[in-house]
Amino acid sequence: MRWAQRCCWRNALLRGPVILRRRRLLYALALAQTIASAPFPGSYKERFHDPDPICPAVYRPVFLPTMNSQFLKSKTFWSCVAVLAAVALVGAFVLMWRPAIAPIERPTVFDAGQLQRGARVVEAGDCAVCHTRPGGEYLAGGLPLVTPFGTLYSTNITPDAQTGIGEWSLPAFDRAMRQGIARDGHFLYPAFPYVHYRRMSAADIADAYAYLMSGPAVHAPAKQNQMNFPMNIRPLVSFWNLLFLHGEPLTPMAERSEAWNRGRYLVDGPGHCAGCHSPLNLIGAEKSSGYLQGGSVDGWNAPALVGMGQRANPWSREQLVGYLRAEVVDGHGTPAGPMRPVSLSLARLPAGEAEAIAEYLLSLENQHSVTETTATTQPANPADQTSGALLFSSACAGCHAPAAPMREIDGRPGLQGTSALQAASSRNFLKTVLEGVPAIPGSPGPVMPPFAASLDNAQLGALAAYLRQQARPDQPWADLSSTIDALRQETK
Amino acid sequence: MSQITLNVNGAAQALELEPDMPLLYALRNHLNLNGAKYGCGLGQCGACTVIVNDQPVFACLTPCAGLEGKKIRTVESLGSAEKPGPLQAAFIEKQAAQCGYCIAGMLMRAQSLLEREPHPDEQTIREHMAGNLCRCGTHLRIIEAIKQAAGHNGSLT
Repeated sequence: MRWAQRCCWRNALLRGPVILRRRRLLYALALAQTIASAPFPGSYKERFHDPDPICPAVYRPVFLPTMNSQFLKSKTFWSCVAVLAAVALVGAFVLMWRPAIAPIERPTVFDAGQLQRGARVVEAGDCAVCHTRPGGEYLAGGLPLVTPFGTLYSTNITPDAQTGIGEWSLPAFDRAMRQGIARDGHFLYPAFPYVHYRRMSAADIADAYAYLMSGPAVHAPAKQNQMNFPMNIRPLVSFWNLLFLHGEPLTPMAERSEAWNRGRYLVDGPGHCAGCHSPLNLIGAEKSSGYLQGGSVDGWNAPALVGMGQRANPWSREQLVGYLRAEVVDGHGTPAGPMRPVSLSLARLPAGEAEAIAEYLLSLENQHSVTETTATTQPANPADQTSGALLFSSACAGCHAPAAPMREIDGRPGLQGTSALQAASSRNFLKTVLEGVPAIPGSPGPVMPPFAASLDNAQLGALAAYLRQQARPDQPWADLSSTIDALRQETK
Repeated sequence: MSQITLNVNGAAQALELEPDMPLLYALRNHLNLNGAKYGCGLGQCGACTVIVNDQPVFACLTPCAGLEGKKIRTVESLGSAEKPGPLQAAFIEKQAAQCGYCIAGMLMRAQSLLEREPHPDEQTIREHMAGNLCRCGTHLRIIEAIKQAAGHNGSLT
């Protein structure tokens, strides 16, 4: 399954004080330069060639004075080099070294109430979505996460002493959740969404810890990651953290309702929604300006979560709650792809949690007025329309035609109003047809078979063009065939 | 009607078909391959499962037009009553069929898994087989049979 393969790389909170951080870095560099250049001859002004005597190094860093060969041989020079090297070493040490936290004997006595709360936190945090591989033991890791920087494998978070977190104390677990440092002091990759988890309450983290430690220990050694150079050097994550790791545990806003605050906590904390639903920058951190404005994951579009109530096909509170709980919602459909396991997790939580999330999300207004229109409006191809109609009747109609048996029996949705067909991009529609909605052993549907092997590219294109024509006759999808080609390549 | 050449169980078959005709009808009505069954016709039960290239598909929802050049395999390709293939033999030994209507589809879905992963564990088998239903309730025997076949192909589980 590929739905979760990239999901968590995206989980890097980057918003608010980033500019401040960058400036702080600049200050630090300038300061280092000032210290390093202090023993040089010449006046302050000469050294910096700067007309502003107040704080030239900060605002306009300049480079070291021209060096002649005599100076290069001098003691002063070499002592400068030594000081610089020492500063760099100390800096690197402070930045990249984290102590191990002493191993403990796995706790054996737990409070029943805490375990119950912890199970909910683990569900809300979608831990099992990444930490359980298909066909694998619960939380024993091994799911590949394909990132632009290489492939990672999720680790075993069962309480096995050798291969899991059995020797982790609560402070070690808390440090991992908030700072991305493993018990033995190594840096975890930000695919693990510690930038979001650090916003959780201490009580929730303690409850999750108790729940995880109470589970069955599974011996499952971590699979070797295949990260590309230089990201295979873990200490380099410290630089990433320097730029992007910030944010305190969320505190309720007094002027907002309890449900709204709960929703914000779930969305920004354990749920780490922005991990997929915000755009990412070049080094895999969420863009500060794009909070919940839509991203992409595993070839799917993760739609914007702002302005959901003000769209062409707006979401009502009831629709959003149902959707978040994996139901088939009239007018929007049901979650597929990477959102499916997330919604199934939410469905296992009390209904109030999804209601709180809906309350919060529907309060977010779209500041940037993202237009939901496609650029081109080329007329629909009549041959595609005919063959699309035939394909629909032979492959889809049993579940999705008006008065189809499966609509009557089990509530399959009509397709016209679904978010996938209404969206500006054809990706989510095509991905749903290619991959379907998989069956879960022992659970009722909805189930949709994958059509990747049943339909060829031309058929898929004709079907998409036909259904889009039904749903949005004014805006046919452009580039259908190239999108289909790209999706086929991605799933190979 | 148009001329469509299907490669079924290793043999090329030129057929006059409506292009949107589901594969199941071509197999049963034109080629007399009656192993794959019509169950629900909605892609929900799996009785019609066949393998296209290396993927299990529901023949009732797969239009023939896109299948030219692809390798279609039905349950008839696995063996015969006299000489059952290893997976079929395991189904017989574990008495995995009651009425038998779903079994051709079960066999083909299981076969596609074993070709991709010769020694799947039980959880993998259960997840893979979740798309196929048996109304008699012989799922547990079916899983036992697949596990046996998984051992038959190599080390015994």
